[in-house]
Amino acid sequence: MTSSQALVEIRDVNFSYDSRPILKGINMTLPKGKVIAVMGGSGCGKTTLFRIIGGALKPTKGHVKIDGQVIHDLSQQGLYEMRRKMGVLFQFGALFTDMSVFDNVAFQMREHTDLPEEIIHDLVMMKLNAVGLRATHGLMPAELSGGMARRVALARTVALDPMLILYDEPFAGLDPISLSVVGNLIRKLNDALGATSVIVTHDVQESMKIVDYNYFIDSGVIVAEGTPDEIRASQMPYVRQFVNGEIDGPVPFHYPGGNYKNDLGVSA
Amino acid sequence: MPVVKSIKAIGHRTIDVVWRIGYASRFFALTLYYSGASFRRFHLTIKEMFASGVMSLIIILVAGMFVGMVLGLQGYETLKRYGSESALGSLVALSLVRELGPVLAALLFASRAGSAMTAEIGLMKATEQIAAMEMMAVNPIARVIGPRFWAGLISMPLLSALFSAMGVFGGYVVGVVVIGVDEGSFWSQMQSSVDFQHDVLNGVIKSFVFGVAVTAIALFEGFDAPPTAEGVSGATTRTVVESSLAILILDFILTAFMFRGD
Amino acid sequence: MERTALDLWVGAFVVAGIGALVVLALKVGNLSTYNVSDTYLLNAYFTNVGGLKPTASVRSAGVLVGRVTEIRLDTDRYEAKVTMSIDKRYQFPKDTFANIQTAGLLGENFIGLLPGGEDQMLKSGEVFKKTQSAMVLEDLIGQFIYGKADNKAK
Repeated sequence: MTSSQALVEIRDVNFSYDSRPILKGINMTLPKGKVIAVMGGSGCGKTTLFRIIGGALKPTKGHVKIDGQVIHDLSQQGLYEMRRKMGVLFQFGALFTDMSVFDNVAFQMREHTDLPEEIIHDLVMMKLNAVGLRATHGLMPAELSGGMARRVALARTVALDPMLILYDEPFAGLDPISLSVVGNLIRKLNDALGATSVIVTHDVQESMKIVDYNYFIDSGVIVAEGTPDEIRASQMPYVRQFVNGEIDGPVPFHYPGGNYKNDLGVSA
Repeated sequence: MPVVKSIKAIGHRTIDVVWRIGYASRFFALTLYYSGASFRRFHLTIKEMFASGVMSLIIILVAGMFVGMVLGLQGYETLKRYGSESALGSLVALSLVRELGPVLAALLFASRAGSAMTAEIGLMKATEQIAAMEMMAVNPIARVIGPRFWAGLISMPLLSALFSAMGVFGGYVVGVVVIGVDEGSFWSQMQSSVDFQHDVLNGVIKSFVFGVAVTAIALFEGFDAPPTAEGVSGATTRTVVESSLAILILDFILTAFMFRGD
Repeated sequence: MERTALDLWVGAFVVAGIGALVVLALKVGNLSTYNVSDTYLLNAYFTNVGGLKPTASVRSAGVLVGRVTEIRLDTDRYEAKVTMSIDKRYQFPKDTFANIQTAGLLGENFIGLLPGGEDQMLKSGEVFKKTQSAMVLEDLIGQFIYGKADNKAK
């Protein structure tokens, strides 16, 4: 996928943790205005990639450029400047449990702007209205259902109209209705803001409905990429296994180990 | 072979401890460095003062009252043998203002407010709230740690003063009202033996130091807690154990400096 | 919003805490007898101060009139120079006696002032002419024993 309007460029990113390689030579180009999914099984390195894009981790080799700037070369100040233009939705929403829904959404506005309280009030109501939860503004996060909490977190993520939105497993632990609601919101908010969204997920079915482009990561390398239609038509064994949820295939059911009979103590 | 192994283990532990001390010091320095936010938006600090100070009030007042009453009873029994019951006031007040007030209030504060701080921050970390804040370009040390630190610092001397005052009142109730020590000599003996600078101010300094120690330990343990249920519960336990030890050790050092030679 | 209720609680807590400190200072402690602005300094030389310490009380007729602020050795006279701050309300004649006394047999040392009859009063920085040093219990016992021995020898 090539485009002159790339917002995020990931070039040859390697990352190892205690000399154990997690990512090996990742290359991605994320164009403006698109929703991109990064998929893979548990432990494939996609969360690491997510944290590298957010500037929370430094790649061992290679670089990530966002809006023309190498994110991990920025100073603390510069990184914070950059993060103001980014929105991040964490796995279970990560709402601040000691603040009301209203204060959660207003958090960044209060921290980063000098807007008067009346304007913040209106902005928060608009954001909450966009996710259909205007009436919950007085509740505490503990009083919300999982799906509602995720939508409030979504409203908080887009509070400052970011140009890049990162989603870490936005579909984890949601019922089917909330799943579609959140999926639709991700698409709609991205288009309304003209932002770029990156969804790190293992939920193939849901994300295929809303994204423009997919990357599949396995053991730290990109094994497949393409539009949802290309992915569905793909004959690659790994993609087939992943999309259809087959039990055995290139990703084995058994953790690699010795002979089963030996482990049972039965001589062959 | 097992000898080598255990030496290795000791070495590992030692390096681990030194590492942690270094990390804790850096954390403490950062807390001070980023304290600006705690004052610029003082309502954050006020909110935490409610959580750590006001919520500890009842336990502090009740405990202070009873400690004072016990001092009154025990002190009377002991002083009676030397025929100096009139010194009861000075005994109760001196032991409270110099030692028991700051130390016991700090111990109660550590188990009531310190453990709550650790658990809260540990949970915020486990549920990625700290990471989320960091990604929203808000420094969690400035926003979460700083206000709690200063709230603890301000609350501790106030709580300790309340503890001592309540204790003196408890001693008065038992000594004067119940036992019948002469009220005039109770207060005058107290006043002539308790020096403002030497006893009261030093007590305040002590409780201030304990406040720094307890909140710093509680916040660090919470911030450093592994983001799991066991991690947070372990950190909470460590907060109570470490800050209790820190209080008693610091108390010895401070007492040696303040009251040596008289 | 609800911030006001919170403010009220915290405010009450701070007021109560400071109130407790004031009580400790005034009712329990001796701050009420400290009055830095309204004191003047007097000096006295003693050959032996015994267990006298800074902050020890200065009394006249049993009433607290001041505190010892400094004790040091004067190397010109090889005597202890005791500086005390005295409440401005109390003036003492020039021939006032300054004694180091002990509260009870084993109690703490304090300075007792025994006013004389002169008309002129001591001014700030002046020295008590007549002093009596601390009674050292060991010396007393020693005197008693040697006194007995002397008597026998005679």
